[in-house]
Amino acid sequence: MYELSSVKTTNVIQTSQTKRKRPGQWLYQNGAWLMMCAPSVVLLFVFSYLPMYGIIIAFKDYKAGRGIFGSEWIGFKNFEFLFTTGKGFDVIQHTVLLNLLFIFTGLVVSLLIAFLLYELYGNFLMKIYQSSLFLPSVLSWVIVAYFTFAFLNTQTGLANQLLKQIGYSKDPIIWYQKADAWPWILMIVTLWKGAGAGSVLYLAGMLTINPEYYESASLDGASKWQQRWFIALPLLRPLIMIQLLLALRGIFSADFGLFYFVTNNSAQLYKTVDVIDTYVYRALVKLGNTGMAAAAGLFQAAVGFVLVMLINWIVRRIDPKWALF
Amino acid sequence: MQSTKTLSASNKLGYNRDRFIKDLNRALMHGIAILISLTAIVPFIVSISASFSTEKALAKGYSLWPKEISLAAYQLIWRAPQELSRSYGVTFFVTVVGTILSLMVMVPFAYALSRDDFKPRRFFSLYLFVTMVFSGGLVPWYLLIRQYLHMNDTIWVMIVPFLVGGFTVIILRSNFAGMPSEIIDSAKIDGAGEWRILIQIATPMTAPTIAALGIFIALGFWNTYFPALLFIDNRKLYPLQYTLYILQTNLEMFIKNPNVTGITIPVVSLRYAMVVLIGAPIVFFTLYFQKYFVKGVYLGGMKE
Repeated sequence: MYELSSVKTTNVIQTSQTKRKRPGQWLYQNGAWLMMCAPSVVLLFVFSYLPMYGIIIAFKDYKAGRGIFGSEWIGFKNFEFLFTTGKGFDVIQHTVLLNLLFIFTGLVVSLLIAFLLYELYGNFLMKIYQSSLFLPSVLSWVIVAYFTFAFLNTQTGLANQLLKQIGYSKDPIIWYQKADAWPWILMIVTLWKGAGAGSVLYLAGMLTINPEYYESASLDGASKWQQRWFIALPLLRPLIMIQLLLALRGIFSADFGLFYFVTNNSAQLYKTVDVIDTYVYRALVKLGNTGMAAAAGLFQAAVGFVLVMLINWIVRRIDPKWALF
Repeated sequence: MQSTKTLSASNKLGYNRDRFIKDLNRALMHGIAILISLTAIVPFIVSISASFSTEKALAKGYSLWPKEISLAAYQLIWRAPQELSRSYGVTFFVTVVGTILSLMVMVPFAYALSRDDFKPRRFFSLYLFVTMVFSGGLVPWYLLIRQYLHMNDTIWVMIVPFLVGGFTVIILRSNFAGMPSEIIDSAKIDGAGEWRILIQIATPMTAPTIAALGIFIALGFWNTYFPALLFIDNRKLYPLQYTLYILQTNLEMFIKNPNVTGITIPVVSLRYAMVVLIGAPIVFFTLYFQKYFVKGVYLGGMKE
């Protein structure tokens, strides 16, 4: 429609003209594409770019009645408050450490599942295993919270029933107040939900490895696990490295649903599993401390930005195919 | 199961040791796989069991199989289905409309970004990347939507802010870019415009990818709760997951229903019956479309 075939024949004559394009011609050539971009561009402008301008709230004493522009500038007071009287350091520490825990255990368990499924590949039962392991990943955190509650509630939960049966404790454990246990509980919940889906990529990676490698290794007497350790793992290493790096980009943001619903938002657990995202939410919605919430959010966004850029730079040096840009 | 059978049968034949170890290994592998699959499934079974239990049995503890079977919870929901069916309506609307709009917005955008002849595509790619690496955080976004756009307590607040996903656009773009350029060129020579190439050639060619991404977009909308938590106060607009969350602390929606006055409410089994009724569709859907889900996870992993 836009580029008629005659353009090609008159190309030579037109070059001098196309170098200095008139706006009308430019629009005519790019009109369809610009229209294709328009809805996304508008949506991104409204819901991503406008809020970026709103980061000035972090430097203001925000009062709802005065609005963003009417509120007073107070410099870095919100940040000071966050890190001195607020729990800034705590929630940042929880966020980073828990994310690291989830990322590394997730990697190990996903790899083990991939190895296992690879052994059974082709067997009709393998599909059933894979379906079962994949299923938890599609559930919402709200449903997962109910599942967790069935195990952990004090009077009737399965965990306490089991502990009683093996004679571990006389008094039932009040799990939703036992802060020390929650990093591990959340780790298990995260693994339960995500490891099966996480294995998909590694299984796909393993299937690309030429089986001849294993055959020659097994002729040399290598056991199955030796084959995995000395052949599969080194060949998967680029994939694993990249996945780890990509996951590390997100260590400053927590999965809100996991930390809010699965913990029942229990205040007794804040001292171990309160994270930036739940803290910001509470400061904003429950406590109404908008300025401090904005400061915490901005801090998170800024560090996240640095991490993404840094890791993207590293990833591009390792393998440009995986780099975001 | 099968391998243990062959194992004992062939023992009588007295076959060699290597073969025996191989079979034993395989049986062991299946054993482990069955064990971890069960771990994944057990919480589902416990919840279903709880939903079919009497309150009296549940007071003694959750179990894999209901100690006393009762349909009371389901009967109660059957009598007062308004909350559930309305939430279903909301979530269904959000999922269908959200997924269709998302694809309608992102597919053309990704296509335009994939075309070499489209010179400003560098600018638009950068425009997209910036939103992927930096955000203003929750607070400005929240205030914008609530106080400036006044989208709170509308169904659109669960759809419109979530239509464009950067990673999805990038995956789509690389798929379009991977199409053989001869096809597009020959279509152009035949006089097809860009929109026609997109709709009649590019989209069908990348249909499996679009379907896999579409399923994940739909899953995101189906599981939506965050915008409801922040912006929805009107009970009539509660999506499923949010209704379920509210039920955790508050059974008012059932207690105040005139159809259930005088009936003792089975508080625990009722909650789990709601979990079952809200979780079941997504479980069946996943099992049925597993192929696409796996592809979607794979695609996501490739770029996320």
